[in-house]
Amino acid sequence: MSLIRYQPPELSTWTPFDGLSSLRDDLNRLFDFTFPGTRETGLFTGWSPALDVHQDKDNVFVKCELPGMKKEEIDISLHDGMLSISGERKHESEHKEGESFRSERYFGKFHRSIALPTAVDAGKVKAAYKDGILTVTLPKAEEAKPKQIEVSVS
Amino acid sequence: MNTLTKTEDRTSANGTRQVSYVSPAANIWETTDGYALQAEMPGVSKDGLEITVENNELTIVGRRSDEALKGDVVYRESRAWDYKRVFELDPSIDAAKITAKIEQGVLTLTLPKAEAVKPRKITIS
Repeated sequence: MSLIRYQPPELSTWTPFDGLSSLRDDLNRLFDFTFPGTRETGLFTGWSPALDVHQDKDNVFVKCELPGMKKEEIDISLHDGMLSISGERKHESEHKEGESFRSERYFGKFHRSIALPTAVDAGKVKAAYKDGILTVTLPKAEEAKPKQIEVSVS
Repeated sequence: MNTLTKTEDRTSANGTRQVSYVSPAANIWETTDGYALQAEMPGVSKDGLEITVENNELTIVGRRSDEALKGDVVYRESRAWDYKRVFELDPSIDAAKITAKIEQGVLTLTLPKAEAVKPRKITIS
């Protein structure tokens, strides 16, 4: 009997109260512990780099684990409230030399999209790539920032 | 069932605490002089690396130095665990000549074989 794990190709929104998916996630987690950033789609493997999204009152922060890339190879785009990170990790030519004993790293294209929790100011987005981790800082658009509403008592 | 993460007990002056590690993905291949190993450890820079060889066992430890994102979590997939993996070395590898470099979270080790083991051409006089 083979267990085929379901991998949604793109994650857009996160639904925290999905009871069925938590069982599936637990099973996936048993297999995923070696390489947290990789998942399998049926019989074919694809690279799905780990993505984190945080926010504070002024910014949305997105962190993506992309080891071994050059910053020119990473494509970040923002469209309709969705942030897309994509690119291709190329096989280095040294790999062709000699016999390969172990090949666990993924090479090839990847694409992750995530719906942002609030509107952001596209002109002020900054991205940094250090130690294999891409960090994108998206300042929130003025109208999306939390506002204090004054209660007047008459 | 899950043998790919390790939880170790670390005893220090403050008592014993449990530390968990995850195994980094590795590629190993043969080169003209020996072997090369690449391990993926995003979030690890040169200062966080500890590589030791003891009795033909190579241990790679990578401690993450990436900061946690500010603010509240909206969605999280990454794990903040450090990396550790142990490899058994081919005895023909010269441990003194192992070199390491880390670039954008990828550690590359070159493990040359000892001179005596390499094929030698014998000249006929």
